[in-house]
Amino acid sequence: MIAATTLPRVLHGASGRPLTLEQHEEAFSMTERPGTLVEQLEAAGLTGRGGAAFPTYRKVQLIANQRSHHKFMVVNAMEGEPAAHKDQTLLSSNPHLVLDGAEFLAAAIGAKNIAICVARDNPKVVHHVQRAIHERSRRGRRGPKLELHAPPWRYVAGEESALVHWLNNHESLPQYRPDRPHILRIDNGPALVDNAETCANVGLIGRFGADWFRALGTAESPGSTLVSLSGAITRPTVLEVPLGASLRSILVAGGADPDPQAVLTGGYGGAWLSGDHLDTPYTNQALGALGATVGAGILVVIPKSACGLVETHRIARWMANESARQCGPCAFGLPALAEDLRELAYGSRDPRAVLARLVERCGVIEGRGACRHPDGVTRLIKSALEVFATDLNHHMLGAPCVGSGSTRHYVPIPALEREEEMVWE
Amino acid sequence: MGVRRKVGGFVLKVNPILCDGFGHCHELAPELVKIDEWGYPIILGTPTPLADGAALESARYAVRGCPRQALTIARVDEQS
Repeated sequence: MIAATTLPRVLHGASGRPLTLEQHEEAFSMTERPGTLVEQLEAAGLTGRGGAAFPTYRKVQLIANQRSHHKFMVVNAMEGEPAAHKDQTLLSSNPHLVLDGAEFLAAAIGAKNIAICVARDNPKVVHHVQRAIHERSRRGRRGPKLELHAPPWRYVAGEESALVHWLNNHESLPQYRPDRPHILRIDNGPALVDNAETCANVGLIGRFGADWFRALGTAESPGSTLVSLSGAITRPTVLEVPLGASLRSILVAGGADPDPQAVLTGGYGGAWLSGDHLDTPYTNQALGALGATVGAGILVVIPKSACGLVETHRIARWMANESARQCGPCAFGLPALAEDLRELAYGSRDPRAVLARLVERCGVIEGRGACRHPDGVTRLIKSALEVFATDLNHHMLGAPCVGSGSTRHYVPIPALEREEEMVWE
Repeated sequence: MGVRRKVGGFVLKVNPILCDGFGHCHELAPELVKIDEWGYPIILGTPTPLADGAALESARYAVRGCPRQALTIARVDEQS
């Protein structure tokens, strides 16, 4: 049993190579767990680490209460966010912990199949997972069947309905779900979709119980979380921090600029947080009061020398290109938002009209897509307009900030191989 | 089932994936459906009471008139 108050937890024993099954069993010894898994999850207060922070036990209960002989457990390690590396770090250090959690959850809902979904653009991680599954199959243990699935990487391919659509032998595109909670189905069997980090935490709770889990973190958001730090930092890292640690301490621990202009929280569908609020505890409750979120545990640090509007424009442009182009408001609206932001950042004839149009378009687009992709972009843009308000004023008066002329950018955006890949331009 | 009493309200719901922005719903039910600059419907969010017969009828016209069959009428029961 690993001590409750020490970190790392889910990255325990990480040494740059994935732990083999023997090493894993040595590092994480099995103990007798009190109560059923769902009770323990409820007591532990574990929330989903994929971004939505939905209580895990309620998802498990919902699927467990379905009557079906063909239930599925899906581990989502697609990691659509370009700034996130937590799932790949987790799977290339402790793959068996994720598989353990998936097996606990599969037992709790009564699933006979576990699908682990890793983007095929990441062959190293695919290999590590393959190897871990192989190690388990050599043991000849009974239990649910483990399968590896490798859909192509796209931003929206990691959305749960897109993933389940792919597992049903269709394209990986988000689906329309009018009523929530909605039960996703694979071959007509209800499927439980959980993030890889959530599964790893379930693997720990299933071993050591809820009280052990609650030893770290705050009362509302217990436990620890993986944070992907990038931006103004010598080396992008993945850290495991207790929930409720102040943002500044996380930045210092990661070796990032301790006095930044702003921090992007949550992911590319998240929100900017001004550098003045760095003493906020890193929980959804505290960040939510400032309009930010923990999301998928992404922090992108922007130094004082950078231009927030230019960075936001780069994100918005890329997000517009990543739209699945299924819904009109997203397919046409996001490029329009990106174009408005470009005019604000690089100058236009009538910036006041552009700003008014941008704000109006944000309001119009919100909540009108099948998935939350457009909502995320509008949230990011709205927060950028608030956090970078003084910069925005300077830009609108025709005197853009110094950073906007620089070619040094901080937010990691995947390079497009050809400019024609920008479909909408 | 029998007769449904006209209590509670309804909202139109659009499937944004099916919708191709023909704009027929805006023509048929202008009081319930507005249209954005790209021609896609913006649906009135607040429920309309079912007792409002004219609105319900135009909503039905909009549902029937949608070329992509993307619209549905969803009942909203009042919490009381």
